[in-house]
Amino acid sequence: MPARARPTSPHLGIYQWQIGNSLSILHRLTGLALSLGLPALCYWLVSLAGGEESYAQAAKLFASPVGLFGLVGWTFAFLYHLLNGVRHLFWDAGYGFERTQRHASGWFVVAGSMALTLSVWGLIWAGHRA
Amino acid sequence: MSLQSPLGRVLGLGSAKDGTGHWWAQRVSAVALIPLTLWFMFSLLSLPALDYATVRVWLSFPMSGFLALLSVAVLTYHSYLGTTEVIEDYVHSAGMKVLSLMVLRFAHVLVGGAGVFAIMRVAFGS
Repeated sequence: MPARARPTSPHLGIYQWQIGNSLSILHRLTGLALSLGLPALCYWLVSLAGGEESYAQAAKLFASPVGLFGLVGWTFAFLYHLLNGVRHLFWDAGYGFERTQRHASGWFVVAGSMALTLSVWGLIWAGHRA
Repeated sequence: MSLQSPLGRVLGLGSAKDGTGHWWAQRVSAVALIPLTLWFMFSLLSLPALDYATVRVWLSFPMSGFLALLSVAVLTYHSYLGTTEVIEDYVHSAGMKVLSLMVLRFAHVLVGGAGVFAIMRVAFGS
C-alpha cells in the first residue's frame, strides 16, 4: 500500500477550471459544431448543383438571422479548431509542453481565432457594402 | 511474461481494440485539412460575390472542383473520426454504442456522398 494517496484523474465536480481544460473542452465542442456544419455545407453544394432556384432558396436560408448566426458561429468554430488543432499537432510532435508555453499558445489561439473571425466578417461586410 | 513487443501490442490490442490506427488517421486528416480548408475559405472570400453564376463558374474550374471534392471528402472523414471518438467516450451501453456508431457512419457517407456528387454535377455540367 502506498504511504499517501496517489493523484487520481480529475473529477469535474471539484476540478479547478483553468485555461488548459477549458480550451480542451472547447476543442471538442467546436469539433461537434463543425460536424453539424458539414450537412449545411453539403446542402449548399447540392443547391448549387440543383440550379438557380434551389440556390436562391439556400442563399435566403443562410441570409436569415438564424442562418447568419450559424455562419458566424461556424467561422469561429473553424478558426478556433484550426489554430488549436495546430497547437495539438505541436504537442504530438513533442514541443510546447512547458507551463508558460502552454498558457501562451492557449491565449494566442483564443485571441487569434476571435481576431480572425472579426477580420473574415469585416471583409464580407465591406464587400457587401461596396 | 509475454514475448510480444510493446509496438506489436499497441498496434494490435489497445484499450479501444484498434491500437494507434484511429489516432494516427485523425492526425493525418487534420494535417491534410490545414491547406484544404484554408484554400476553401480564401477562395470563397476572394470571389466578387456569392451569387449563383459566380459560384457556379468558380466551381466548374477543374482545379476548384478537384480541391473542393478533396476538401469535402477529408472533412467528412475527419468529422467521422472525431464524432466516433465522442460516442466511444460517452455512450457506455453496448447496444446504444453499436447503434449510434452505425447511424454516425451512415450519416457521414450520406452527407459526404451528397456533397461530392454535387461537386461532380457542377464540374461535369449536368
